[in-house]
Amino acid sequence: MSIAIAVRSQVAIGVGRESGLSAADRARLAQLLLERGLEISCRHTSPHEPSPLDIPNAGAADPVALADRIVQASTAAAGATSGLGSSASGGGSTGGAQWKPWFPVIDYSRCTNCMQCLSFCLFEVYGVSADSKIQVQNQSNCKTDCPACSRVCPEVAIMFPKYRHGPINGEEVKSDDVRREAMKVDISALLGGDVYALLRDRSAKAKSRFSKERDDERALKERQNCLIALKRDLDVPAEVLAALPSPEEILAKAEAARARARAVNPNLKV
Amino acid sequence: MSGERPRILYCHCAFAKVVAPEVKTAVLNGLAGADVEFDAVPDLCEMAARGDARLRELATDEPLMIAACYPRAVKWLFAAAGAHLREETVRVWNMRVEPAEAIVAGLTGRAEGAVGTVESPR
Repeated sequence: MSIAIAVRSQVAIGVGRESGLSAADRARLAQLLLERGLEISCRHTSPHEPSPLDIPNAGAADPVALADRIVQASTAAAGATSGLGSSASGGGSTGGAQWKPWFPVIDYSRCTNCMQCLSFCLFEVYGVSADSKIQVQNQSNCKTDCPACSRVCPEVAIMFPKYRHGPINGEEVKSDDVRREAMKVDISALLGGDVYALLRDRSAKAKSRFSKERDDERALKERQNCLIALKRDLDVPAEVLAALPSPEEILAKAEAARARARAVNPNLKV
Repeated sequence: MSGERPRILYCHCAFAKVVAPEVKTAVLNGLAGADVEFDAVPDLCEMAARGDARLRELATDEPLMIAACYPRAVKWLFAAAGAHLREETVRVWNMRVEPAEAIVAGLTGRAEGAVGTVESPR
């Protein structure tokens, strides 16, 4: 018997025959436990965590049944440790938590601290550290599947590791990426210029047509088409586009961020 | 590295579908079948978001081989949790693009130069 659960929900599994499980069953068990938010430690020696809870006759069970028993024991152990009863789903892990870990990760080797991401973000994900560096401070505020802030970063310094495409997903940045990003180096060019200008232009054209045609349905369709095009081009969720701040709001947010940074460091030139 | 066997860390990327399930299964099977010691975590992103102290612990346990996603992302995920990976002692295998066989061979030391030549995450 060499399966044990530590109180922080790190499951220790013996390597090789020590576990009493075949390699395929060990792999399957590990997969099942990982998908339930538990950490795995495969070791030749006994579990290094103090006071592990043994699972008797582990080798006799099939991986699915064993995973169930381990999760139950882990939950009970976490509950006993925290005094929260059986609701805990695993020590430090969020096992079973609904939040998809979607948040920006800053590549500080590229970041120039321009604060455009902070200015742009609608959800207060970014903040400024005591030494006036841009930081991701409220990860769980981030809008799932929205990579908008990475698109306004002129240095291609913001990643979303769970995004589909590079370089936003963390793929190495190529010179073409930088050139492309340089085209939208100024947030005002993206928002005050491109997007808002596009919206205004389309709106003006639509108005012109509407004044002739007086067709409310067409007006609505035009706006929907505009938002669909923006959603497609920027890969930004529609609800985020619908809540885009005005250029004035963006400038106000940037100024507020600078004020916060100056309050922390009066000598800062931002 | 100096011949020391690297610690192996596997990320299951449990909260998204960006790593092909068959690659994750093959890597886990390969590790289990090779009888090597390894650590596996449900999701490095989730740990980074929580600022999990385990990341700092893992980062200092060198040399380290990580099976996860893009090295640039992994490096800065650790950094986001205050854990700094030393480029000369860490090798990141990218399960989003590299074949499972190559990853397993690299992690288990069956690939030529896999142990003792740690590449920079960026």
